[in-house]
Amino acid sequence: MKIDFRSDVERVLQEGKAEQKPVLLDFSAAPM
Amino acid sequence: MWPDERVARYVNDNFLAARVHVRHNPEAFKQYSERYKAPWTPTILLLDADGVEHHRIEGFLPTDDFLAQLMLGRARTAFDQAQWAESERRFREIVEQLPNSDAAPEALYWAGVAPYKATGNPVSLKATGQAFKGRYQDTPWAKKASVWT
Repeated sequence: MKIDFRSDVERVLQEGKAEQKPVLLDFSAAPM
Repeated sequence: MWPDERVARYVNDNFLAARVHVRHNPEAFKQYSERYKAPWTPTILLLDADGVEHHRIEGFLPTDDFLAQLMLGRARTAFDQAQWAESERRFREIVEQLPNSDAAPEALYWAGVAPYKATGNPVSLKATGQAFKGRYQDTPWAKKASVWT
């Protein structure tokens, strides 16, 4: 299973508000 | 941390996930690291549905400790929103499911506070102070709870 990380932070924040769901925001330097 | 199956399932079940990468997307990293005062990596912020931060995880952690921190963040969010029963349930889940994690003593502490906040009855504080006499004695949370006994 992979985590569905998305790069459009504003979109994710908007969806979180609309769906009343918490948001995890990852600041990363890990190899991708 | 991230490749672990339990972590991935927990994140997908409980959060919408976004990532800003310091090298792959430096402009976004600068924008959001300034907004959230998060200049270091890895840093993971747990935000409520309105985008308000309730918990942050800085630096690498082994899987169990990382999972416990994610659970702690959810419990803290419920606590900050005065959802006392829900927050107590989430704090106790950490103590029961990941008792050897670094987050467990903190969770035990707040699991005692939540019912007190709900009722004003100090019996849960006293019980928590007693519980710390049997476990996690060498942690800061045991010191904090020592005034309750």
